Order: sequence, then structure tokens, then C-alpha cells
Amino acid sequence: MWGAFLLALVPLLWILWTVVSKGGHLLLDSQWWTNSQKGITARREGGGAIHAIQGTLIQGLTTAVISVPIGVMTAIYLVEYGRGRLAKAVSFMVDILTGVPSIVAGLFIYALWVTTFGFQRVGFAVCLALVLLMVPVVVRSTEEMLKLVPNELREAAYALGVPKWKTIVKVVLPTAFSGIITGVLLGLARVMGETAPLLILGPYSKSIATDLFSGLMPTLPTMINQDRTESLQPAVDRVWAAALTLILLILLLNLAGRVIARLGSVKK
Amino acid sequence: MAKRIDVSDLNVYYGAFKAVEGVTMTVEPRSVTAFIGPSGCGKSTFLRTLNRMHEVIPGGRVEGKVMLDDQDLYASDVDPVAVRRTVGMVFQRPNPFPTMSIYDNVAAGLRLNGVKGKKKLDEVVEKSLNGANLWNEVKDRLAKPGAGLSGGQQQRLCIARAIAVEPQVLLMDEPCSALDPISTLAIEDLISELKSQYTIVIVTHNMQQAARVSDQTAFFNLAATGKPGKLVEVADTQKIFNNPGVKATEDYISGRFG
Repeated sequence: MWGAFLLALVPLLWILWTVVSKGGHLLLDSQWWTNSQKGITARREGGGAIHAIQGTLIQGLTTAVISVPIGVMTAIYLVEYGRGRLAKAVSFMVDILTGVPSIVAGLFIYALWVTTFGFQRVGFAVCLALVLLMVPVVVRSTEEMLKLVPNELREAAYALGVPKWKTIVKVVLPTAFSGIITGVLLGLARVMGETAPLLILGPYSKSIATDLFSGLMPTLPTMINQDRTESLQPAVDRVWAAALTLILLILLLNLAGRVIARLGSVKK
Repeated sequence: MAKRIDVSDLNVYYGAFKAVEGVTMTVEPRSVTAFIGPSGCGKSTFLRTLNRMHEVIPGGRVEGKVMLDDQDLYASDVDPVAVRRTVGMVFQRPNPFPTMSIYDNVAAGLRLNGVKGKKKLDEVVEKSLNGANLWNEVKDRLAKPGAGLSGGQQQRLCIARAIAVEPQVLLMDEPCSALDPISTLAIEDLISELKSQYTIVIVTHNMQQAARVSDQTAFFNLAATGKPGKLVEVADTQKIFNNPGVKATEDYISGRFG
């Protein structure tokens, strides 16, 4: 058992060690967190990643804001209301959506957004593609959490003369709250590290962009991809540093989620 | 406040399966009626039809009539949610809401039905916890989670939660089967006290318990597995236990089967 544990730990520590040793020193410089890469070539040192960090956060949060209500409500429908054919069809669709490769989601939105509607490639289009990837994760995890809520609690509420919708909102959802948050964060972690739709819909740019509806929006994955073939040392260092930043960002989100989940979880 | 229940010719179905057949009986107000019988004989199923809780299970439906005083519970204009406000229920396993404190658990029924005002809620919570003989044990820790109490205390908390919405009738589905003898005694004492205000119907597997707490006892039985359960005999508890009218009742009570 310990052997298996160590075996699982080796790649994890290896990745962390490589990323930290090759990119860690850049993160200690305060300009990494305050400056963008504007005007900085691969040859030059310096500059920061704030443009990419902002882009990743804005896109991640927008995606979550759209996906979480859709996903949670779909899960509520499937667990609490869904009977018969429609529910089976919805469940099947979610399964299909789970299996959609991210590049297909990206191409689909490209076909819709750019080819059909004739819009520009903007941050919001990226968010739409990420929504396609995040919704099934949220649906499935929320579904599992709602199923874990004992039926006795629902019956207890019904027996008090509480209508079904109120039972779900006031009893079932609070009981499953911490599990739902965990599922949302797993989904968010997945989409924040997603690259394929970003390559298609949100090419990299070096300056800060906060408008989801106009201009290119840089993100950490595209920043990593941009310089990954570069052989000049300053650019290579920045690639590793951006990778470490992305790992830290997702770790931080997970920790924040744990705290939120603990605050609102079942009291013991 | 307590009301009389009149059941006539009630059949209960789950989908195509007939679970209970042809029950006719009367439950007097301010009395305790016990349902006894072997497992699977439909006593819990029948109990749940008294506040339409069987409808929560897909396919559950009834034929026949249940009257609460002069109100037909199954009339087409009756809302099952409103029925459950009038006819409360306590379950086999204590099921306090795990995210709520002791106070919030008791106030849940009122709050979720839109009652506000701290003063009113404070009053109801104290009155209900007193009614459930729990006030003295928990008055200093009302803000603590309800799930932190012992099993017996949790069950009394559930009773307090049920009586906080001031029902007319209280249904209890094997309320002591998950409890130790001391907690069982506390609940039985409580049932005898609640009798002065509520009509109580209790399902129990424990015949001594039926003999101790009830005024009237109904014996349910089923002919064979897969056949519907039937009401065999209903009479004063004294009569059922000392001089039953049907052989099957006597066999069951004396332990010859079941």
C-alpha cells in the first residue's frame, strides 16, 4: 500500500519540482504579478503575467457564473423531478456532453460565433466553449451529491407541510452544499487549465485585456503555449513560471472552496 | 384541536401492486391508536395514507375515503401539502435537519411555511420543546446542531419539530425502534402526555409498547407474501390483548407467529 502511495507521489513531486526549480524565481519578483508582457520580446528578461492571470480568472469566473446555475438546476431536475423519457434523454445528453473533446467544443463555438454569426474572436466566445465543458462536470457531481442526501430528510420536510420546491431549496441544497462546491471547483479547475478552445477562440496577446466582448484576451495556458517552442532563455523561464502560476491559481481556488465548504457544511 | 379520523374501505396501491386492502376503522380524538402486525403487512403504508405521505413514492395512490372530522382528505380540491400541516408525522429513524441548530430544527416547520418574527418563534420553540420533554436538556445549547444530540433526544427533537406546526393528528411510524429502553420510556411517557391534545396513531413492532401506550389497537396481517395486507381486527387494547375476537390476533399476540 505504501509502495502504491509513493508510486503515485513520484510524478506529482517530479512535476512540482521541475516547475518550481525552473520557473519559481520569476514568481518572487513583484513585477511578475503587476506587469504584462507588453513590449517585451523573447530576448529580453522582465515583464509579468498579470495580463494572463487576469484573463484566466475573468474567463474562469464568467464560465462558472453561466455553468453553475445551468448545471445545478439540471441536476435538481434529474434527481428530484425527472421521471420517464425526458429525464432519460437529458441524462443521455449530459453523458454525450461529458465525452465531447475540448477541441470539438472550441470548433463548435467557432463555427457558431465566427462562421455563422460573423462575430470577432473574443473572450466571451472562449467562455461559451468552456461552458460546454464545465456544465456536464457540474451536473454529474451535483447529481451524486443530491443523491447522497437521505430521503428521510425530504420526508421530514414534507411531513411538516413544506412544499417540494421549498424542501429542495431550504433542506436538500444546504445539506449537499459542501459537496456541490467541491464539484464546481473540480469543474472550474478543469476549464481553467483547458487549452484547445483557447487556441481556436482566444489567441494570445501581450497586453492587459479585461473586456470579454472586444479584442483578444490572453490567458495562462495560451501564454505557456506561445513561447513553448522558444529557445531563448528569458522566454523559456517565463513559460515555466506561467505554468507554476497556473498550478498555484488552481490550488488557491481549491483551498478557497474548501474553506467555503467547511463554513457552510453539515454541523457536527 | 384534536380530530377524529374515519377511514372507510381504503385500498392502497403502489403502481399495480395492491399493498393494503379494505381498511375500515375509526380513530377517536385525544386517544392513542396502535397498529401492530408482522413486517410487510401494510401498517406503515396505511399510516402514510393518513397524511398522504404515500404519494411521495412514485405510483402511490388510494381508493376509498379518509375523513378528518368532516373534511375528506382525498377530495379533489385538497392540497396534500396542507393535509400534512394538519396531520404531522414522526419517523422510524430520528431525522433532524443536519444543517440546522436545535432551535432552527424546531422552528423549521413554521419558518419554511413563511412565519416570521423572533418573538413568536421563540415562544413556539420553547413551548414545543417543553411539549416534547426536551427543553430542560437543551435550553442552554439551542444554537448547537441538532445532529449532536443522542438518539433519544434527536427523536424527541423530531417530535418537537412535528408539534411546533400545531397539527391536529400526530402519526408515529415505529418511533422507538432505533432507541434504547431508557429513551423508549421517555418517548412513551411523552405519548401519554401528548394524548391530551392530539389524536395519536403509532405503528409499533413491540407488543408490550402497544399494550402500554394505546387505548385502541389494530392488528394487520397478510395472507401470503405478495398478497395485500388487511386489517384483521380493531378494538380496545384491553380486549385485543386479553380477549381477541379473531384466532390470528391471538396467535400473533401470544407469539405463535410473526
